[in-house]
Amino acid sequence: MDFKLFVFWLFALILIGAAVGVITTRNPVQAALFLVLAFFNSAIIWMLMEAEFLSITLVLVYVGAVMVLFLFVVMMLDINLLPQREGFTKYLPWGGLVGAAIVVQMIILIRVKWGSTEDYPAPVPKEAGYSNTEELGLAIYTDYLFQFEVAAMILLVAIIAAIALTMRRRPDTKYQTPGEQVQVKKEDRLRVVSMEAEK
Amino acid sequence: MGFFAGLWLLIWTVIKILMIVVPLLLCVAYLTYAERKVIGAIQVRKGPNRVGFAGLLQPIADVLKLLTKEVLVPTNSNRFLFLIAPILSLAPAFAAWAVIPFSDTKVLADVNAGLLYVLALTSLGVYGVIIAGWASNSKYAFLGAMRSAAQIVAYEIAMGFALVGVLMVGGSLNLGDIVRAQEGSIFHWFWLPLFPLFIVYFISGVAETNRAPFDVAEGESEIVAGFHVDYSGMAFALFFLAEYANMIMIAALAVIMFLGGWLSPVPFIPDGIGWFCAKTAFMLFFFLWFRATFPRYRYDQIMRLGWKVFIPVTIVWLTVEAVAILLEISPWFDLRAA
Repeated sequence: MDFKLFVFWLFALILIGAAVGVITTRNPVQAALFLVLAFFNSAIIWMLMEAEFLSITLVLVYVGAVMVLFLFVVMMLDINLLPQREGFTKYLPWGGLVGAAIVVQMIILIRVKWGSTEDYPAPVPKEAGYSNTEELGLAIYTDYLFQFEVAAMILLVAIIAAIALTMRRRPDTKYQTPGEQVQVKKEDRLRVVSMEAEK
Repeated sequence: MGFFAGLWLLIWTVIKILMIVVPLLLCVAYLTYAERKVIGAIQVRKGPNRVGFAGLLQPIADVLKLLTKEVLVPTNSNRFLFLIAPILSLAPAFAAWAVIPFSDTKVLADVNAGLLYVLALTSLGVYGVIIAGWASNSKYAFLGAMRSAAQIVAYEIAMGFALVGVLMVGGSLNLGDIVRAQEGSIFHWFWLPLFPLFIVYFISGVAETNRAPFDVAEGESEIVAGFHVDYSGMAFALFFLAEYANMIMIAALAVIMFLGGWLSPVPFIPDGIGWFCAKTAFMLFFFLWFRATFPRYRYDQIMRLGWKVFIPVTIVWLTVEAVAILLEISPWFDLRAA
């Protein structure tokens, strides 16, 4: 077996195992850690397809930042583990239906010929100097500039909305204003009294 | 490629990895010695001076002590995660060294996206801290982990933006090319045109490595030793190793991106790996100096510095830089052309 194929199967299997782990494990922190493993393995599979920019960005953004926040939240929650299982059989058919729909859609989308990989030849390896970061940048900032800007605008609106929704003014909290702290003079804090020496 | 050619490549790569890891471990050992000596000198005392000549064997003695101690696993902790956490914190600290160019030719993996790779790996180090804090089943450790998670997310954004500035003038993600773009003399290095980003990067680096004055994840006076309060023996030593390896890493990256890597500061002295090491040692001194000088930040002060000071500073400077590049204003435009 080709070494590349071996690596693909190895990490694809770990990826599937981790994905199953996310939904089967009872502990939410362990589920989040399984998700981290899944992200990491899909990054490796992207790397095999020579998409190094996307692959490293997946690790940097999702594993390095998003999942850290996820874990932060999940660890703070005090989830009672038992009641979670109660609705399992009740919702199973619906879950199965949604899952099946997703699989059918994906099959239609990529038009898999069952058991044959002819339609999907392996990508031709690029020469050593090829930088797909540059190619991606060129594509985003020339051909897809409008879509890119629209996406950026939507994200900006989402950020502002999220801040507006969670911001609470609490007037009774004591907090410092560093600007005022920095500008404090000696006269504001200290009073020098000249007095007679005591005997 | 034949079987033996493949085997030889494998052996040669392993030898090269050892050539990086073994000196790195020695550097970590003697960085702990240097730290105790430097802080000793700042506080007008001697520091370690009993084991070997002038205390030079002290790190070796410490390692032996830690090796022979028992590794305790607390009750009701998650055993697997508890034991894997130190490894998760050490592995990224070492793996990131694969793309560091020590001189013009000496680099293990000369990859195109080197800068991204380094950023991704340094961001993974936090998992060791979080998992250790959670798996220990202890409130102090948990508090340390929570603090660390919030802190690292805040400072990573500032750090990433600072590196975007380097990328804009360097014109490449390859660390070797970034150094080559700084060719010339000390005034061609990126620290001068990117001075605010240099400061932001280095302070964020101190925060990312959980060093004083940003060491709230450990915070001896409030939460004992933070995330590693329940670790002992070699498991504790791995956290220690990771922290110091990360310090050297941040210093080396600052040297590569802002201080011209292996390049010599004046044109008539030849370049070489010696310059790289000397500059890294110079940056490392700041870590020790900070620790001996500044009191620990309060938690809300850390958050304020990260989100409300550093991120705006980097965004403003990126705008300045972009305009300068667009209008072809020296020195930014010159650097890009180089």
